[in-house]
Amino acid sequence: MPEGTKVTFRVSRGDAQSSEFKDYTTEVTAGMVVLDAIHQIQAESAPDLACRWNCKAGKCGSCSAEINGMPKLMCMTRMDTIDTTQPVTVEPMRTFPRIRDLVTNVSWNYEVKKKIKPFKPRKPDAEDGSWRMHQEDVERSQEFRKCIECFLCQDVCHVLRDHHKHAEFAGPRFLIHTAQLEMHPLDTEDRLEQLKDEQNIGYCNITKCCTKVCPEHITITDNAIIPLKERIVDEFYDPLTKLFRIFKPKKKG
Amino acid sequence: MSQTSADLSLPQRPALGETKRRGAWWLPTLLTFLGLGAFIVYGTWAAFQGANYFTHDGGADYLSPFYSPVIFDAPGIHSGHSWFGDAPAWWPAFLPSFSPAFLILWAPGGFRFTCYYYRGAYYKAFWGDPPACAVGEPGFRGTKYRGERKFPLIMQNIHRYFLYVAIAFLFILAYDAWRAMWFSQAADGTPVVDGKVFGVGIGTIVLTLNPILLGGYTLGCHSLRHLVGGGLNRFTGRPVRKKAHDCVSCLNRGHMRWAWASLFWVGFADVYVRLCASGVIHDIRLF
Ligand code: SF4
Ligand code: SF4
Ligand code: FES
Ligand code: FES
Repeated sequence: MPEGTKVTFRVSRGDAQSSEFKDYTTEVTAGMVVLDAIHQIQAESAPDLACRWNCKAGKCGSCSAEINGMPKLMCMTRMDTIDTTQPVTVEPMRTFPRIRDLVTNVSWNYEVKKKIKPFKPRKPDAEDGSWRMHQEDVERSQEFRKCIECFLCQDVCHVLRDHHKHAEFAGPRFLIHTAQLEMHPLDTEDRLEQLKDEQNIGYCNITKCCTKVCPEHITITDNAIIPLKERIVDEFYDPLTKLFRIFKPKKKG
Repeated sequence: MSQTSADLSLPQRPALGETKRRGAWWLPTLLTFLGLGAFIVYGTWAAFQGANYFTHDGGADYLSPFYSPVIFDAPGIHSGHSWFGDAPAWWPAFLPSFSPAFLILWAPGGFRFTCYYYRGAYYKAFWGDPPACAVGEPGFRGTKYRGERKFPLIMQNIHRYFLYVAIAFLFILAYDAWRAMWFSQAADGTPVVDGKVFGVGIGTIVLTLNPILLGGYTLGCHSLRHLVGGGLNRFTGRPVRKKAHDCVSCLNRGHMRWAWASLFWVGFADVYVRLCASGVIHDIRLF
C-alpha cells in the first residue's frame, strides 16, 4: 500500500432502533490497523462516532466489530490485509443489541457466565492448603484460558446470530469455559446435565465458524465442544457406558 | 437462562445469503457440495451394479472396497471373496437385483455420515445451516432451529458405534490389500503351477493406499480421541492412555484432510477395479 492512500470506510452509524451506513474517507498507511483509521475518522470528520477499545494490543477484547462482514478485532486487523480499492465496511457485532454506532451491549454474556457452576477443587493436597498438578493434566484447560472475551465467536455462531437462541444456548465462549472447568484435574463438579439441558450444547452443529474467527486461535470446536459432546454421549446416550456404570460407580478423574 | 431473546432487542436476523463478506465465501461450500454429491452419486451407481467388483486380470486378485467384505456374491458370480457363498435365495424379488454392496455399504456410509467433520461440512453445503460463516441462513428455520439437540439429528450421537465397525473394516481392507499382493501369474505372464507369487501391480498400490488413508481417517476420529483418553481429566499415572490420546489427537488435527483423501481414494479404488474387471483397461504389473 503506497504511503498516504485515501481509503473510504463505510461505517454503520445508529442505535438499536435505526442505522445507516455513512462513508468517510481518510488517509491510511501500511502499518495502520482498522482501529487507527476509525480513530482518525473520529478526529477528522466524525467526533461523535462511538467505538469501544482499551488495549490496542488484541488482549482486552473490547474492539470487536465486523470488518467487510467478518467478525474481527479492529486493533488487530492491519490495513495492508484489506482490499482498499473498495469501501471498507465496518459494522458492530450483529448478535448483540446495539447501543450506538460500533458499540454493542454484551452484558447477556455475563449473565450466561454467572450460571455456570463454578470451579470446585478437591481437598488441598498439602497441609498448607495447596495442590499438586502436572502440566500434562492442565494443558487442555490452559488453551481455553487464553480467551480474551471478545465475543467474536458468539457473534459469528449461527445459533445466536441467525436463530437468536440467546435464551437457551450458552454459545461457544461459554462452552470452552465449561470445558476448561470440566477438564481441570482438580475440579470435582459435574456440569454435564447443565451442559445438555441449560447450555444446550446440542444446538451447536459443529460448523466451526467460532474456531475460524477466534483471535486467540483457540480450537473451540475440536478441543472443547466435540470432547464435551462425547462426554455427554457417555453420560446420557450410550447404552454401553450406562451399563458399565452400574457395575463401576462414577468417579471423577 | 433468564434473559430471553425478546428482552434483548437484537438486530434483525440476517436474510438468506446476506453478508458483507467479500470474495468467494461460497466456494468452500460449493466444493463440499460437489465433492460429496459426486461421491454419493457415483457410490450409489456403483453399489447397484452388482458386477465388476473384482478382477483376476493378469493373475491379480483385486476386490473393490465398495464390495468388501463380500458376504454373499452377486447372482451368478463367483468372486472367490465371498464369505457365505452364492447370492441369497431369500432376497425378495420385489427389491432391485441383489448386490453384495447392499449388505455392507451402510457401515462406511453411516460412519462418514455421522462423522463430526462431515456433519459440519454437509450442514453447511446441503442444508445452508449456515451457508458459510457470517452469511445469512434460509429464513424458514428461524427460531424453530433444533440443531443436534432433538430428533432426528440427536441420532448423530451413535457415531462411536459406527467407529467400532469402521475399525473392523480397516482389518478387512488391509487383508484385501494383502491378497492384492499375490498373483497366480508371474510378472512375465507365465502361470504359477502351485500357489501364488508375490507381486505388485498398480492395483496393489491402489488397494494398499486405501486402508492406509482410511486408517489415517478412522484413527483420527473424535470419538476415538475421547475413548482412548479424552474422557479423562488426569493423564498422570496413565502413560499408555496419554500416548494414545496424543497419537489420535495428532491425526485428528488433520481429520478434514484425511477425510477427503480417503474418500477420494476409496472411490478411485472402485473405479480402478471396475475398469480392470470390465476390460476397459488392464492392470500394469510392476514386478
Ligand atoms: S461450531 Fe457450534 S458453537 Fe461454534 S459457531 Fe458453529 S454452531 Fe456455533
Ligand atoms: S473464544 Fe476466542 S473468539 Fe471467543 S470470546 Fe474467547 S477469544 Fe474471543
Ligand atoms: S482494543 Fe483491546 S483487543 Fe482491540
Ligand atoms: S469424527 Fe470423523 S470419523 Fe469420527
